Amino acid sequence: MNEIPKRTIVQRFHLVFVFWLVVFLICLIGSSIITGVNLDLLVSNISQFFELLKQMVNPDWGYSRYIIQPLLETIQMAVIGTSLGTLIALPFSFIAARTVIKNKYVTSVIRFFLNLMRTLPDLLLAALFVAIVGIGPVAGVATLTVFSFAMISKLFYETIETIDFGPIDALTTSGANKMQVIVFAIVPQVINQFISYFLYTFEINVRASTILGYLGAGGIGVFLQRSLSSFRYDQTAVIIIAIFVVVLIIDTLSNVLREKLR
Amino acid sequence: MSKSIIEFKDVSKIYSNGTLGLKDVNLTVDPGEFVVIVGLSGAGKSTLLRSINQLQTISEGDVLIDGQSIVKARGKSLRELRRSIGMIFQNFNLVKQSSVQRNVLSGRVGYYSTFKSVFGLFSKEDKQNAVDALKRVSLAEKIYTRADQLSGGQQQRVAIARTLIQNPKIILADEPIASLDPLTTKLVLDDLKSINEELGITVMVNLHSKELAKKYATRIIGLRAGELIYDKKINEVSEVDLDQIYNGETASPKEAVNE
Repeated sequence: MNEIPKRTIVQRFHLVFVFWLVVFLICLIGSSIITGVNLDLLVSNISQFFELLKQMVNPDWGYSRYIIQPLLETIQMAVIGTSLGTLIALPFSFIAARTVIKNKYVTSVIRFFLNLMRTLPDLLLAALFVAIVGIGPVAGVATLTVFSFAMISKLFYETIETIDFGPIDALTTSGANKMQVIVFAIVPQVINQFISYFLYTFEINVRASTILGYLGAGGIGVFLQRSLSSFRYDQTAVIIIAIFVVVLIIDTLSNVLREKLR
Repeated sequence: MSKSIIEFKDVSKIYSNGTLGLKDVNLTVDPGEFVVIVGLSGAGKSTLLRSINQLQTISEGDVLIDGQSIVKARGKSLRELRRSIGMIFQNFNLVKQSSVQRNVLSGRVGYYSTFKSVFGLFSKEDKQNAVDALKRVSLAEKIYTRADQLSGGQQQRVAIARTLIQNPKIILADEPIASLDPLTTKLVLDDLKSINEELGITVMVNLHSKELAKKYATRIIGLRAGELIYDKKINEVSEVDLDQIYNGETASPKEAVNE
């Protein structure tokens, strides 16, 4: 009896895997035919790309002093948006966590609402807010606030649900109320993770806010759009390099900080 | 006879999945006793302890703490009753990321308003109490250390200090030594014993070891399948009795219970 069993044909030729691979390829090819993706177009127009690149290798460095202000504005938008979003997300994440609220109906309703918020793409939000509050950084801040709120609340409540429940019991049995349980038993367990997620969201928001200006939501994106539509690719180059440097610095800083928080 | 500090009246517990936790338990504990609860795993020892501070609700009956029903208590009155009952757990249940001092002080928050405790505004007196509690368990020098840097035995003794600062009348210990080695086991149980004898705090402990039960208890009670099948003062306990609790050949429950 103690022998290695014979594998079935399905096992021997990994037929299940092959089947799904074929299905995947059919879907891929099918959808590209239906949507009319044409690689030829990309290849035949590659000269356009080199033309653009040629203009961009000679950046208009003099332009850089005009973009410092909007770059700072972009970062400010990200800071304010992320902070406001986090502040609003905090109470929601505690209410959505099953560790804190035992009533499944309450958590489910809150989670449904949070899921709904998360389905809104940031560009759609930006378009909405530009329509509501008009062109300018306020629309950008509003967009980032809602976007961060949706993202952070999810990350936070999932963190709250992974904690060690023991200290909650210990605090509860010593006569602490709900708020005291949160502050003494839950917050110390999640605070580092929270800061880490905050920084991560901030990184994403800095990148996102460079694009939001495209829709009129303030920041460097406005200048990016202006230079592109006036075919000043030498200025575009300066903007792209500047964005690259800023994002790199912020990502590095944030990564270093988050590494320290482990 | 002095007034009882814990009283079980016909307490039954059936879990939502149908498991029987406790069945018609009647029990009175006098102030200052050191009660050890013995029995096999799943006999209802933890359920019994956890129904005393309502960490576990019961299905029927009533539990009185100092004459007051904790089962019927809600909100503030429940929190005030819980405040007078300390609890020690198998897994220590310290907040590992917090300092020893903050862990100990967290045992005191039941005495503070939400506002004061949230902002950590503990009185000088309570900070001194925290130091005294740590001295009692011989860990004063660890006050600023993060809890996760302590050994298991040290963590359990910090947990004892945390319950002490609560100024409890009762300390419940749910398998307090199950994850400790023999040496730290002795330290932890010695601490509980001295607290019991010097401060007069009633102690109820779940233990698996017959030897330790006999060494520390002033009274031993036995559970099997949720029923109280044994209850004697330590000087009446015999080795044979204890073997029977584990082997399952005890006389009928009514005869064995000492009135």
